[in-house]
Amino acid sequence: MTQGCAAPEQTAHLPATVDLNNEAVIQGTVTRDGAPVSSAYARLLDSSGEFTAEVVTGEEGVFRFFAADGDWTVRVLAAGGVSVDTGVTAKTGEVAGLEVTI
Amino acid sequence: MSRSDVLVDTDWVEAHLDDPGLVLVEVDEDVSAYDKGHIRGAVKIDWKTELQDPVRRDFVDRTGFEQLLSSKGIANDDLVILYGGNNNWFAAYAYWYFKLYGHDRVKLLDGGRKKWELDSRELVTDVPTRPATEYTAKDQDLSIRAFRDEVVDAIGKQNLIDVRSPDEFSGKLLAPAHLPQEQSQRAGHVPTAASIPWSKAANDDGTFKSDEELRALYTEAGVDLGKDTIAYCRIGERSSHTWFALRELLGLENVKNYDGSWTEYGSLVGVPIELGAGK
Repeated sequence: MTQGCAAPEQTAHLPATVDLNNEAVIQGTVTRDGAPVSSAYARLLDSSGEFTAEVVTGEEGVFRFFAADGDWTVRVLAAGGVSVDTGVTAKTGEVAGLEVTI
Repeated sequence: MSRSDVLVDTDWVEAHLDDPGLVLVEVDEDVSAYDKGHIRGAVKIDWKTELQDPVRRDFVDRTGFEQLLSSKGIANDDLVILYGGNNNWFAAYAYWYFKLYGHDRVKLLDGGRKKWELDSRELVTDVPTRPATEYTAKDQDLSIRAFRDEVVDAIGKQNLIDVRSPDEFSGKLLAPAHLPQEQSQRAGHVPTAASIPWSKAANDDGTFKSDEELRALYTEAGVDLGKDTIAYCRIGERSSHTWFALRELLGLENVKNYDGSWTEYGSLVGVPIELGAGK
């Protein structure tokens, strides 16, 4: 479990200490040609398009956010000018899964 | 002060990697990022274990800062170029920290690690060896650091800028959305604070917006550039980014970073709090 503002590791499995009942999780995987893409940037935009958070994908191409309930956009940035937007709805107690292909 | 006094770009860094008297320092939110690859010659500072006192809830003191920089091989007259992930959040925090202890020869790499990576520039895993120095720090410059009582006193009087995301400002979230929701006892914001997320000061690639865009951003959000200003976020790193934009780029003189930020304020007993989207 992270403390303070240390970046949590972006892995496929939720940390055991996270109580999903209290979280609205948005989680996804970035792939290119079927292979996971690490070191891509996933940023979370709220319903007005405002930046809320950004993480770097881990070795499995995974990103994860703990959002508030509502509609969000995940924007994936990568070298070469790649920018891909995907809409998603978050709800407390659930994991909203995304597959982003770049 | 001009932009070139406090910022360098990726081209400049690549051209000056071997300059004597220049030290690249990476400071990341993800403290493992450096170990996976960093700019050639860069040393690492771990904000969590090296900039924070391990017992007292505060920074390392002056002696601790002197020992840290000495051990990193940084001398008083070295030019330090700071960069890091997450759009320079913790690099900006370290920049403010270096200024706090009187190290003036310090600049930020505009866009930080992300810009370097998006440019597809070289990262290496070799860790440089730098001989220890005898670094001497100054007392903390409290003209750039705000404490909780100053924040309470500033309500309705000074510019208070809350730089967290809109959902943290309104009270829907207690922490940035890439972190499990933890920390302060109460959600919300300091009354009369303007909500100006730090991210509005940056482009998608992490570089700072132009001076004209920054000036328009703050004035259009109601900030009186002639008044004293306190910026805060959750633990003081995102507000270091805004402090940098206001003081180092726009040249405002009386701007303080409240490093206690919402983690402290939102756990205080008896202070006023507002909820909702506000301004």
